[in-house]
Amino acid sequence: MNAPERKVVTLAPAGLPHGVGARLPFVDGIEKVTGTARYTADLPAGGALFGKILRSPYAHADLLEVDVSAALALPGVRAVITGDECDMPYGVIPIAQNEFPLARGRVRYIGDPVAAVAAIDEATADAALALIRLRVRELPAYFSAAAARQPDAVLLHDNKPGNIERAVHNEFGDTAAGFAAADLVREDNYECAEVHHAMMEPNAALATYDAERGHLTLWSVTQVPYYVHLTLARCLKMEAAHIRVIKPFIGGGFGHRTESLNFEVICAMLARAARGTVRLLQTREETFLSHRGRPESHIRMKLGMTADGRLTACEAEVVQRGGAYGGYGLVTILYSGALLNGLYDIPAVKYDGYRVYANTPACGAMRGHGTVNIRFAFESQLDVMAAELGLDPIEVRRRNLLKAPTDTINGLKVMSYGLPECLDWVEAASAWQARKGKLGKGRGLGMACSHFVSGSAKPVHWSGEPHAVIILKLDFDASVTILTGASDIGQGSSTIITQVVAEVLGIDYSRIRIIANDSAITPKDNGSYSSRVTFMVGNAAANAAENLKRILVAAAAKRLEVDEAEVVWLGEAACSVADPQRQIPFAEVTEEALVATGTLTIKGSFTCPAEFQGGKQRGGAVGSTMGFSYAAQAVEVSVDLDLGKVTVEKVWAAIDCGFAINPMSVEGQVQGAVWMGMGQAISEETVYENGHHMAANMLDYRVPTIVESPDIEVHIVESIDPNGPFGAKEASEGPLSGFMSALAAAVEDATGQRFRALPITAVRVFDALNQKTPAARPAASAEGAA
Amino acid sequence: MKSILRLSVNGKPREDAVADNTLLIDYLRDALGLTGTKQGCDGGECGACTVLVDSRPRLACSTLAHSVAGSEIETIEGLSHAGNLSRLQRAFHEHLGTQCGFCTPGMIMAAEALLRSNPHPQRAQIKAALAGNLCRCTGYVKIIESVAAASATTELSA
Repeated sequence: MNAPERKVVTLAPAGLPHGVGARLPFVDGIEKVTGTARYTADLPAGGALFGKILRSPYAHADLLEVDVSAALALPGVRAVITGDECDMPYGVIPIAQNEFPLARGRVRYIGDPVAAVAAIDEATADAALALIRLRVRELPAYFSAAAARQPDAVLLHDNKPGNIERAVHNEFGDTAAGFAAADLVREDNYECAEVHHAMMEPNAALATYDAERGHLTLWSVTQVPYYVHLTLARCLKMEAAHIRVIKPFIGGGFGHRTESLNFEVICAMLARAARGTVRLLQTREETFLSHRGRPESHIRMKLGMTADGRLTACEAEVVQRGGAYGGYGLVTILYSGALLNGLYDIPAVKYDGYRVYANTPACGAMRGHGTVNIRFAFESQLDVMAAELGLDPIEVRRRNLLKAPTDTINGLKVMSYGLPECLDWVEAASAWQARKGKLGKGRGLGMACSHFVSGSAKPVHWSGEPHAVIILKLDFDASVTILTGASDIGQGSSTIITQVVAEVLGIDYSRIRIIANDSAITPKDNGSYSSRVTFMVGNAAANAAENLKRILVAAAAKRLEVDEAEVVWLGEAACSVADPQRQIPFAEVTEEALVATGTLTIKGSFTCPAEFQGGKQRGGAVGSTMGFSYAAQAVEVSVDLDLGKVTVEKVWAAIDCGFAINPMSVEGQVQGAVWMGMGQAISEETVYENGHHMAANMLDYRVPTIVESPDIEVHIVESIDPNGPFGAKEASEGPLSGFMSALAAAVEDATGQRFRALPITAVRVFDALNQKTPAARPAASAEGAA
Repeated sequence: MKSILRLSVNGKPREDAVADNTLLIDYLRDALGLTGTKQGCDGGECGACTVLVDSRPRLACSTLAHSVAGSEIETIEGLSHAGNLSRLQRAFHEHLGTQCGFCTPGMIMAAEALLRSNPHPQRAQIKAALAGNLCRCTGYVKIIESVAAASATTELSA
């Protein structure tokens, strides 16, 4: 099979504004609007076999036998594999790997992969799956954290008593003293339904096994090709050097594709078993079952506050229903506690977190990883207490601001802090003082703040290498090719990297190409998660471009016969201070630079120093970063007082992203984040009935349509972070987590009812307005069935 | 069973032996290699497969190929002319109406149908026309701005 074309992008339109700070259209945008962008399912693969997965119909069972003999005998079937194919457990956290690509001995949720086939066409693959016989012994199944924690519950994983995957307990400062010093102490419970990423592209993989060489190539929808590469080497027991992983265009991720997922490994195993090429397309339903979304969470939030609104202490308990496997779970439960800090100045924080196994699809990382649900509880509680003390919600936040630079009590560093300016803009833009509480019945305003990391300062696969590496190639044609392993998942990372290189070198965009995500060509990258790319890869790109520029300036000096210090670098040309008229064009400078060495490949890298890598406590690296983004937002709603329907009329969102390398892209990220928060706030939730996913499609899982989506006005605050590239920090995740509590506050303003359970659906609002319990959860997901 | 399907795709007349149960999306993607039309769901939920059938938007994933025999089919690949982007393609590119790009072909085709019948739509009309097309990246704000820019509507009102 010929390798499909790599993603090579040429930046065409000359005359566009240069470098950072420009509203540059995406460098790969033309492919997207013309339909020429090839996603994994679009890759040409003549003669590829059709892969398909048999999934468990049991929520919890011992797997006694998987009989594939009839399936193997079916004409047209090229391979049938089961859990026998791989005895190496995998998982994104090296110390918590407990998942097999195909189940071995036990199935733990409805949808757990049990067997897979590769056949000449879809009909044959379907027929083969129907011939596979399972013999099982069913076990009690648990669909809520509470049910799984019952003392007599069967353990999903033998080494985890009480089905508790991870318990976290820590206290920083003296919370008892804090609560004693408070004028008001309040404790309330909050609940958040489980939500899912629902990126628009269903999962897909294409694998080809070169049996003669024993080499494997996998194309997949991953956000982190490096993890997939490691996972394939582990599960297939192959040399990493014999594997090539390529990420084509991908249709969003939002965290779903941060972990390596079973379908990718299964596709590779099928290709090896069939000694050929296998395409494995997942349905939307299967994509929902791969899940890794935000867990159902129960949160107890207790805050202490003085009469003038100063926070004295915070105590929070979080229980997350993590689902059937570990995945990213321990990081999620640690994040929830760690990022109680870093937004406000709180003298004492106590946190107890429980990540619980249950017989539902595994949760994982989702935009705002671990910080979203607890932010809903915290900001809501802040509002409720401010109201009790007669304080304005914006004012109470102003009284608890940090002052950068500072260290938090749990060992995180805050280096830049534009939250005060965010609050000022939101207050003015929403006409807060004139309108809050004065819009009349059925209409309301609410606001909240939030933050997020710009990349984890200590990655989960800690190897001691730099956090990011970029390679630039300069060749005879005077073009610069950027090689990066950073995954553009639609967030625009390739564009941002290109802008940084263009800014430093000052050359025309038409000279620059970017090639991303082919392990045979591009340098390793830790991937697109925890909003790390702009900060870390951006810094590596700036470093690479500076390294190249030094060589170019030296070459120009030689050609101009002056000292390097005398060279004036004009980007597309160079001249000397003494003679600005005599300009050497870039092509000539390149020619000179290549004389001694030939083709230049220049590297740049970036490393987070150890002092940024978090506190010394167990799990203290989670939440550590070199730069926190900050956001404030105000939400205006109208509520149909007869039917309970909440309509979001308008959102004003301010983001401190340090510096906007591409303001248009920052706006797009903030709008997308706020809007995704809106979906979780008003309509989205997965629903399981006895373990069956009842909303595994885009109709029952209610992603907001364009009709119910508001205008979202974005304001960018530039705090110029001391360590970010040109001062930049992340902009894509922080703005999400403020939305839910801002909406809850707006609904309270409109109806007088405070909602502490998400989503705030029309049914919940209707019930509350008609004196029924607002916090009631649907019985099916709250009850455990045995 | 296969029978002969005659129709026009992006201005080119075609005559192909196509199985009676072939969906339009599979005909376009598998037989013609027009992979710009996307499958984003298990049928009729997301709008990513929207194409034009005689200038009207249609979900290719829920349409039998033979049911549009004799029609003029237009896909995202047919919108650019002489290598230049169409007005909608340019607007989506320059106004960031596309992020990951997966919903974009369907979104642009639905918008194209709107602008052909209503060259200067109001905001509410844009929303109504794109109500069947889901996007998970943009929050739709810049999609509306892109359609408005392409329609040369200078002022948008509700």
